Amino acid sequence: MTTTERTIEHARAERAARPRPNPAWSTGRAIYIVWYRDLLRFWRDRARIVASLAQPLLFLVVFGTGLSSSLGGAFGGAGGSLNYMQFVYPGIIGMAVLFSAVFGAMSIVWDREFGFLKEMLVAPIDRSSIAIGKALGGATQAMIQGLILLVLAPFVGVTLTVGSVLLLIPFVFILAFALSSLGVALASRMRSMQGFQIVMNFLLMPIFFLSGALFPLAAGLPLWMTVLTRLDPASYGIDPLRRIVLGAAMPSAAVDKMGLTLFDQVLPMGLEAVILLAFGLVMLGIAIRNFQQRD
Amino acid sequence: MTTTLEKAAARPTPKSKRATAPVITATGLVKKYGPIEAVKGIDLEVHAGEIFGFLGPNGAGKSTTISILCTLLRPTAGSATVAGLDVDKHPAEVRSRIGLVFQDPSLDQQLTARENLEFHAFIYSVPAAERKARIDEVLEMVELGERADSLVMTYSGGMRRRLEIARGMLHTPEVLFLDEPTIGLDPQTRRHIWSYLRRLRDELGVTLFMTTHYMDEAEECDRIAIIDGGKIVAQGTPDELKAMVGGDVVTVTTSDNSRAIGEIRKLFGVEASADDGALRFEVADGAAFVPRLVRETSVEVKSVAFRRPSLDDVFLKLTGHAIRAEGAASVDQLRMMGRAWGGRR
Repeated sequence: MTTTERTIEHARAERAARPRPNPAWSTGRAIYIVWYRDLLRFWRDRARIVASLAQPLLFLVVFGTGLSSSLGGAFGGAGGSLNYMQFVYPGIIGMAVLFSAVFGAMSIVWDREFGFLKEMLVAPIDRSSIAIGKALGGATQAMIQGLILLVLAPFVGVTLTVGSVLLLIPFVFILAFALSSLGVALASRMRSMQGFQIVMNFLLMPIFFLSGALFPLAAGLPLWMTVLTRLDPASYGIDPLRRIVLGAAMPSAAVDKMGLTLFDQVLPMGLEAVILLAFGLVMLGIAIRNFQQRD
Repeated sequence: MTTTLEKAAARPTPKSKRATAPVITATGLVKKYGPIEAVKGIDLEVHAGEIFGFLGPNGAGKSTTISILCTLLRPTAGSATVAGLDVDKHPAEVRSRIGLVFQDPSLDQQLTARENLEFHAFIYSVPAAERKARIDEVLEMVELGERADSLVMTYSGGMRRRLEIARGMLHTPEVLFLDEPTIGLDPQTRRHIWSYLRRLRDELGVTLFMTTHYMDEAEECDRIAIIDGGKIVAQGTPDELKAMVGGDVVTVTTSDNSRAIGEIRKLFGVEASADDGALRFEVADGAAFVPRLVRETSVEVKSVAFRRPSLDDVFLKLTGHAIRAEGAASVDQLRMMGRAWGGRR
């Protein structure tokens, strides 16, 4: 027997002695590292974090100021004394979450184009962990992007309390998770960056415009639009944000009046969260199924 | 156990007839993409501790075969085993026993070398207690220890390849698959990479399965399979394959090649082929043949050379065309451009 063959025997014995990893544990670790890598890249690319705040800021400052001036006060129905800037502020937070969640999923297409996705796909892990890790990674980034905008509250004239900020975090996260899962589900099918961008522009703008970020989804909208706005998942995320952000400084009756209605019933925020979470889980399920397919 | 091993060691075993069980087998492997048949029934056997080369031109089905063996593609027909496991039935188990170095880069350039390896250690379940030591070990092996904490985007092409090899070895696989591991690299870097690969085999007993379209690289392998048009046309050690050509390869340029072909046929009974202004044919003994050729032919011999057959000659003889067919070079260039583009990101 040659040295090589002895080495092989030795290496084989060593491998056999190694404990087999528990599948659930290895899936958990894989989710963690996929998530961690996305956040590490996010943190390294701080220029992008700042740059991606430019668009919401532009909307808030230019759009908000412009419409506040022409519409005047008394926005948000009777009893409210909001100007448009205050009304649109939570919508802009939602916009930041929406855009960065969906563009976070673009990292999958990016990874595919630059080869790193292959490194994940050939690994001895359940591929669901790639989809879950990516969805959570995108959601975490989007949540951070959205929460950063809270520092603008004093400039907009909105008072926040510790309680309202703490309450906001889970709602922002659920919105971020639902949209990030939508992005991951789409990206799992996309082979090129251009394709993803086209689909995103086709989807993202309608989701944004119909979500109630820019105008109230109250009574008075034509029926077709009422239907579309209720089909928009983002509606169920932006409404609670508005109720929490503006609720700190407004009578609760006025806030409730502003809430999203379904069949003339104002939805409780908890139910809105459940609807959004269910949507996110369905999208994640589609993404997992797409990742698990082999050619 | 030890005594058996020692007895076995005392008895010299011929290299070609090792007692070890095959690490990779393929039986009647077929892969179709719609109507196109990329792999047309491949049979293979690779033994433990072997460096096995898969030689063929671009588009011959090398990458498709390697992708099936690595569980990335499913075969249309036929079966394959790696480390004793069916690749189609137990993909996850196979994946945990193999390492992969892809033809195209697959590193995260925005992370450091160490971070890339940490990611790999996590998804391959390298135990936490061993992680740091393993990472340092493989980085040391490919001499990247000092640059471990630099971003991969600052690495040269050769360094990236070495890092990919290190990553492939991180989880101590039984088999390391390498798809064109030295494509687009300069000769010095290629030699370097080969010395790492040989160390892996000699010191760790890893079986290496690589595809290549470089003949000189195939010469370095213990055994090779020549693939062309989705089929294996020959399999054996480089020497065995070269013996198929028989004798020496003679290259002659003359003042009148077409007349020379006729005369060579008449005088020596061999069929010469004209290629790029030179005549090429095989004779049993080149040294004895050259003086006879000059003496006996009536056409003016401008130059004559003979050499031992190379794998190029084997490939030409078996397939009727040269391996570096038109386009191969430009594909290399395109890949290089692809890498350069990747590097600019």
